[in-house]
Amino acid sequence: MTTTIKLTVNGKAVVLKADDPSMPLLYALRDQLGLRGMHFGCGLAQCGACTVHYYGEALRSCVMPVSAVADAEIVTLEGLGTAEKPHPVQQAFIDEQAAQCGYCINGMIMQAAAFLATTKRPTEDQVRQALAGNLCKCGTHVRILRAVMRAAEKMA
Amino acid sequence: MTALTTHTLLSRRALLAQGGALVVTFALTSRPIHAQTARPADKTVAIDEVAGFIAIDATGKVTIYSGKVELGTGATTAIAQIAAEELSVALDRVAMIQGDTQLTPNQGPTYASLSIQDGGMQIRRAAATAREALLQRAADKLKVAKDTLTVQDGVVTSRAGGDKISYVQLVGEQQLAMKIDPAATLKDPKDYTIVGTSVPRRDIPAKIFGTFNFVQDHKLPGMLHARVVHPAGVRSTLQSFDDTACRKIKGYVRAVRKGNLLAVVATNEWAAITASKAIVASWSDWAGLPVESQLYEYVRSSKVDRNEVLQTAGDTAAGFKQGKRTLQATYDFAMQTHGSIGPSCAVADFKDGRLTVWTPSQASHLLQVQLATMLSLKPESVRCIFVEGAGCYGRNGADDCTSEAAVIAREIGKPVRLQWMRQDEHGWDPKGPPVVLDYRASIDDQGQITAWESDMFMPEQPFKRSGVTLLAAVLAGLPKMPFPGSATPHSGLGIPYALPNNKLTVHWLLDTPLPSAWIRAPGNTQNTFGNETFLDEIAAATGVDPFEIRVRHLKDSRGLEVLERLRALAKWEPRGSRPRDAGAIARGRGVTYSKYESVRTYVAVVADVTVDRTTGRVKVDRVFVAHDCGQIINPDGLHNQIEGNVVQTVSRSVVEKVTFSRSAVTSLNWGSYPILTFPNVPEVVIDLIDRPNEVPWGVGEPTTSLIPSAIANAVYDATGAWVRSVPFRPAQVLAALKLSKPG
Repeated sequence: MTTTIKLTVNGKAVVLKADDPSMPLLYALRDQLGLRGMHFGCGLAQCGACTVHYYGEALRSCVMPVSAVADAEIVTLEGLGTAEKPHPVQQAFIDEQAAQCGYCINGMIMQAAAFLATTKRPTEDQVRQALAGNLCKCGTHVRILRAVMRAAEKMA
Repeated sequence: MTALTTHTLLSRRALLAQGGALVVTFALTSRPIHAQTARPADKTVAIDEVAGFIAIDATGKVTIYSGKVELGTGATTAIAQIAAEELSVALDRVAMIQGDTQLTPNQGPTYASLSIQDGGMQIRRAAATAREALLQRAADKLKVAKDTLTVQDGVVTSRAGGDKISYVQLVGEQQLAMKIDPAATLKDPKDYTIVGTSVPRRDIPAKIFGTFNFVQDHKLPGMLHARVVHPAGVRSTLQSFDDTACRKIKGYVRAVRKGNLLAVVATNEWAAITASKAIVASWSDWAGLPVESQLYEYVRSSKVDRNEVLQTAGDTAAGFKQGKRTLQATYDFAMQTHGSIGPSCAVADFKDGRLTVWTPSQASHLLQVQLATMLSLKPESVRCIFVEGAGCYGRNGADDCTSEAAVIAREIGKPVRLQWMRQDEHGWDPKGPPVVLDYRASIDDQGQITAWESDMFMPEQPFKRSGVTLLAAVLAGLPKMPFPGSATPHSGLGIPYALPNNKLTVHWLLDTPLPSAWIRAPGNTQNTFGNETFLDEIAAATGVDPFEIRVRHLKDSRGLEVLERLRALAKWEPRGSRPRDAGAIARGRGVTYSKYESVRTYVAVVADVTVDRTTGRVKVDRVFVAHDCGQIINPDGLHNQIEGNVVQTVSRSVVEKVTFSRSAVTSLNWGSYPILTFPNVPEVVIDLIDRPNEVPWGVGEPTTSLIPSAIANAVYDATGAWVRSVPFRPAQVLAALKLSKPG
């Protein structure tokens, strides 16, 4: 039986459908809403490529059942900011050219934005700990750290 | 375009085509060509034609057709810079089309750090030929001498003042139908305004705002979703399957079986994933892999196809007689996975006997022929269109996933998107194979190296064969394109030092435990690890500073400059000037040097490490890199590449290792195949040497090859223990510490 789930995504009221209530949020966002900021990386909450904001907190959408997000407020990379109105973390990633392939970058930005919303003026070690669960295989870490520290300055 | 003009042009080109040269029809485009709509007849893909690479439309937009593709390295931004510079047009006029077998010349796979060095230079020569021809046309039209003309952003002006004429007017109906002149006058680097500047990467904003089209995002109308169910053992055969449970899943379409290739197809992605878990497959038992703990013994005893001496100087037998003492060491390098963060994905459509794939492959043109062979089609019936995927560091699972999507698409007759799950990527991407190296050296009374011999045991596949067989062809029992071993010696291995008696012998192995392929700096990383660590073992045994032993044996001024720049950058102090840390925490630093493949990019590296003697944990704190790749196209892009080389290879050096049972890979996710994470990422300090008047060399791999030895040498400096097996995980380090003499 198809379940319908009402929630807010990027500030808009939407209705998601699930034939299987255990379907992770990731697939609903990608396949039903056509969003593409978050990506499938591991399906095990190990890498962070699928990260979205759930009431402002970083959430791994690859393991969150869509049925569990009824009425929730979700923000994806697309909703965080746009080319015209970038979030400070997005702007910092552009300023630092902090991407190689870019597949993990959604997770880096979403995790960092959620972290900086509650932690003002973090040390670099705090940023490293905050991103410890986000994996990058291209080795872009040093730029990502610079970008998050730059954004932290702006957001302080 | 009218039939008449096509015919006229063809005839002219046919006249020009001498000696069986390929004649391809050519577009008189005054409109932009779009990758999705252009027909084969619209454009030449000839590699010796300017129009193969460059089109200029009526609005002045320049389209560059690049066979080399963007794998996350920034290479396409750099190639656009090269083209814009040489054509003298603004960079934002230049659009790039990459890796489309129907539109781009075959410039070879995007590998071996050749995108700029080879691919970019082909495009530079095409652009120079075009610019010179357009200037000549302008001279004719304006009735002035060509050398009085200058060009700025596609507008030609006479230095004497007066008339101006644009490329758009000059191109007109004639377009750029001309052979590339290999000797075309190139712009003087002192006049560069685009090359040599840190232009921001073109793909980054879309990746930051979630609007980028990765292949994982690529959609076709009516597209179905597939998942594969890979065998339980590497060579298990499928005895039977039952998809009864799948039929209860809403959206499930069908199973596809072709030999041992089993897949499920559904109308949406989650239904396909659920079905892949619900299907019951029965696989034969297979347990043909070696025992993991005996992997290197297995490598050493593998059947040798042939032995090849790749570097030789003097007479090592005589050298060993001259020496008074002999040093020996053995090194080994683990089997590793590519580990792209995004599992491989491809979209395939098979219609009317023709296959089109949207693929993140590093080798569209090679894949085209492989897919055609597999499906018994003519190559021209297969079109491969590159779409960026997640990071590609060699021949990963991209082509295999594409091959499976192609078979599924043919079976179901509908466009299909196949994405691998994490266990498919970790389990079934072709691995960087295990390698073993043996070293012997002889030292005389003065501490001079009188002989140096090394032996490398590594598989022919992938180091000596030019391709990797498609997984779908293996699983489905379809025709495979053969990759005969190259008769020419494998280039580039060996030491960069002038030793009087030196010999490197490679023992090419017929087989290796798992299907294997090249991962970033293949062969060189393993060889340089052995070379540069063993050299430090000699330095330690003879009481020579590691910097000095390198400088002493180097006869190459650019190499020496790189080492001296590094010495200053890292503030190197001679070994022994600081007493070794006595407590549990020991700090040390190591230096290494390489001229990549013996012929290009010079790199030297210092790594600073901390070793915890109690736990055996090695942490790389800081890495200094001095780097000379000749002409630098984009300094920030180069920094990004070097940082990536360093961090990725620190991960390979201290953490990464494939584990396996007798049947299959067991390191199937990031829990069992961990990689370096933020808390352990080193600081990276870089000094670039720019030589604008030299040719640009590759940068995607050279630094990689130095990292394992820099760390090993630093661990010795810290502790007095030699770590000789990559990765340097705690258990291995503790064992080495136990073996080493105190102090």
